[in-house]
Amino acid sequence: MYGNAVIKFEDGWEIVKKGLTKLENILEGIPELPFTGEDYMMIYNTIYSMCTQKPPHDYSQKIYDKFKEAIGEYLALKVLPSLESKHGDFLLRDFVTRWGNHKVMVRWLSRLFNYLNRYFIGRRGLPNLNEVGFGCFETLVYQPMKGNIREAAITLINRERDGEQTDNTLLKNVVDIFIEIGGESMAFYVNDFEVYFLQDTGVYYARKASSWVLDNSRPLEDICEGFLSKAEECQKREKERILPYVHSSSDPKLLEKIHQEIYVPYKNQLLEQELAQFLSLLRNNMMDEISRIYKNRKVICLLEPVAKLFQEHAAAEGTSLLKQTEDARGQATAATVGQLHQVLVTNLIELHDRYMVYIADCFSGHFLFRKALDDAFRTFLDWGLSNTSTGELFVNFCDNIFKKGGIGKLSDEAIEETIGKIVELVAYISDRGLFIEFYRGSLARRLLSQQNSMDEHERFMLSKLKHRFGASFTSKLEGMVVDLELSKEMAAEFKDHISNHPSVDLGLDLSVSVLTTGYWPSIKSANLNLPEEMEKPLRIFEDFFRSRSQHRRLSWIFSFGNCILIGQFDLKAIELVLSTYQAAILLLFNGADRLSYSDILAQLQLPEVDLVRVLQSLSCGKYKILNKIPSMKTVLPTDVFEFNPSFSDRMTRMKVPLPVVEDRKKVIQDVDRARRYAIDASLVRIMKMRKVLNHQQLVAECTEQMRGGVFKPDIRTIKMRIEDLIYREYLERDKENQQLVKYMA
Amino acid sequence: MRRSSTKKAGQAASAARANPSAADLLRTASSKATSKELERIDSLFSAYANGTSGLVDPEGIESLCADLEVDHTDVRILMLAWKMKAERQGYFTLDEWRRGLKSLKADTISKLKKALPQLEKEVKRQSNFADFYAYAFCYCLTEEKQKNIDIENICELLDLVLGNQFRAQVDYFVEYLKAQNDYKVINMDQWTGFLRFCNEISFPDFSNYDPELAWPLVLDNFVDWMQAKQG
Repeated sequence: MYGNAVIKFEDGWEIVKKGLTKLENILEGIPELPFTGEDYMMIYNTIYSMCTQKPPHDYSQKIYDKFKEAIGEYLALKVLPSLESKHGDFLLRDFVTRWGNHKVMVRWLSRLFNYLNRYFIGRRGLPNLNEVGFGCFETLVYQPMKGNIREAAITLINRERDGEQTDNTLLKNVVDIFIEIGGESMAFYVNDFEVYFLQDTGVYYARKASSWVLDNSRPLEDICEGFLSKAEECQKREKERILPYVHSSSDPKLLEKIHQEIYVPYKNQLLEQELAQFLSLLRNNMMDEISRIYKNRKVICLLEPVAKLFQEHAAAEGTSLLKQTEDARGQATAATVGQLHQVLVTNLIELHDRYMVYIADCFSGHFLFRKALDDAFRTFLDWGLSNTSTGELFVNFCDNIFKKGGIGKLSDEAIEETIGKIVELVAYISDRGLFIEFYRGSLARRLLSQQNSMDEHERFMLSKLKHRFGASFTSKLEGMVVDLELSKEMAAEFKDHISNHPSVDLGLDLSVSVLTTGYWPSIKSANLNLPEEMEKPLRIFEDFFRSRSQHRRLSWIFSFGNCILIGQFDLKAIELVLSTYQAAILLLFNGADRLSYSDILAQLQLPEVDLVRVLQSLSCGKYKILNKIPSMKTVLPTDVFEFNPSFSDRMTRMKVPLPVVEDRKKVIQDVDRARRYAIDASLVRIMKMRKVLNHQQLVAECTEQMRGGVFKPDIRTIKMRIEDLIYREYLERDKENQQLVKYMA
Repeated sequence: MRRSSTKKAGQAASAARANPSAADLLRTASSKATSKELERIDSLFSAYANGTSGLVDPEGIESLCADLEVDHTDVRILMLAWKMKAERQGYFTLDEWRRGLKSLKADTISKLKKALPQLEKEVKRQSNFADFYAYAFCYCLTEEKQKNIDIENICELLDLVLGNQFRAQVDYFVEYLKAQNDYKVINMDQWTGFLRFCNEISFPDFSNYDPELAWPLVLDNFVDWMQAKQG
């Protein structure tokens, strides 16, 4: 029917209607012949003609209205009833199908009615055919059905949550419709689906959570444990099985909801439980459970209280170790005390290691726990034992390692590892200066008592200390080591010197260690009146030394020297390894068989306290080189001594031990004095620069200057030093304002 | 009187320029009345002074005290020394004697005795007391280069100088000083600190005491000791 004949509306629409019906049937699944090209053209042209005919036969508006009407009819008469008759999954499936169909329908119709789209709607400002088509669906199908659809979808989701195998694609398609329906806007999705979905999720999980908690069959601790692991499980499942099928914008809201429903109501209980359990978890070393607490930190905001417990527990363990040792010490003999200290240090190392493992494995090295451990160790390490500081304990421990290889002969790697750990623990002591002082003393004794070069492990310790605390910390120690090396060189030179001067006769084998005063701890030594045989070689050495360096002055330290004498006893000659003091006394007996205490005192001029000690070692101990009359165990000024020719020993060379007097108090005194100087120097420095300063500011600046040093001065000490400086007239108080301190030039 | 005074001054001045002797020194005055006064002061001095040393020595002071009817440990003697700006404990020089008695306008014993209450009042004035208090410390430094006073003497001095004004503080502080072992002597800084302490700090609650301020450490310790006692 082409040509110029005017098509009447009813006729034209008849043709269109046929096409529509055919389309509907196809969509309904009723068998129909597919559309041919001719069918298509026919309808298209009809519509085209009807729209382009001259008025009064231009039916554009009518056709437009009819378009809407036709769709509406179809939806109302066929689609809606179909949906209304279904439930659950069937409903959802049908819905999805119907929507798909509708899209097809609208597409087809839009093509057919295309002319309207291109010319009519623009002129009249009307919604385009797509909008009309989808609008119909929305009004006639979506709005009435959305409630049911949504319910069915949520039921599907909950079944999925409960673990049933469900059709996820279906779910996704349904959700997609909610999204598509809105076009640009998510309003339908949010208001018609998401809101209810979230609410329902909330209810679902609230119920679940309370069911976990109300499980009375198990003890509370287990419930808590189980709670968290179940919660973790649920979150995981939700992420895997539900999240992919809803719109991504819902994800955070969903997780938030779950968090709220599961954790928040039980947060306090959980927290309490976790904290209560934490200690027993620590005690029983339950790594997994501890790790879980850390993983859940965001939800229960646990970390600070947990870290605090962690710290308290570490501190408690440390303190109890100290206390155990303290108690055991009360009953112990002198020898066992040393052992107790060794064990204590080993245990402290082990404690530290254990906690470091926790931090690394369970807490992913989180700084809060690192700090907790630091604080804990700092506290109890600073207390030490009642009359032995922690620094001393460590020094003695190291001494043992260097001399004997530690407790139970460790391998080289093990020793190095232990040394590294000791250095870490030293970092916790606030009074590192004291540690260094005691270390200096013990190192001095070790260096001076052995003739060989320094132990590998000693070097390792020094290098570790240097690395950790800086060169200035270990400068004196290194100085000591260098001194001995230089002494060896000098000894070689001296030997050459002697061989080049045959007239010079030492009379004995002499080996000298030259120590630089500043590096070595101050060692007390008496000025002995040495017998000539010992005096002579020393003088020769002094001359030699003076020829080498004019600017240095030698002063002999006899309290530390060694001497080997050959004793001609009745049974056999024995080489005696002695201290210089002992040798000097024995040599006197070359000139007389019997000497009184006062004789010896007058000849040697050794201080009495030392004299008594030395005489005891020679006459009252295991080895009686001298006979004491009377023979009681204590040396008295009335005693008389004589050479004991019948002395003998299995060995041909033996050491006669002389107990060393260690002056702990002196070390501490020296350290205190050095500190006072340091504070004074700092104060004077500050005041010299500032001229006038408020008292409190001065204290603050001084504290600041001393920060990072080897000790932390307290305010009282600084105040005391300021007062002392005022007394010594380096500083003065302002007459008008007592808070001001002035520098006195 | 002006003509005569200038004449006198001229006379005295020329006399001084010519040949100053002890007698001339006596005549260095600006008015007849004053010179008479000075004469009497000087003769009073000779009454107590030791002939050989030319100073009033401890013996002289003792007899002075007897005449004044004042105990020689009385604080008023210390105040007199202060007025004289006497440098050495137990001794008065002529200059110091003159300075003190002249300013007190006392040229006889009875006038001097009458001047004592006024002297007390003068010393107690805020503006003077701090000076007197510091003076008291220095006066007790008898050895050369001495900078401290031992605890026992400090306690007596505190009692003497502050006993009237600050009875409670002095009593407790003295008790503390005797009980503690940290300090064997007290220096000037600590001494002056104590007066400030009495003046400024609320006693015995110490509510406004702040150990972080520039109070001498001995006072920090004193406050701690007191607070421990008060439980």
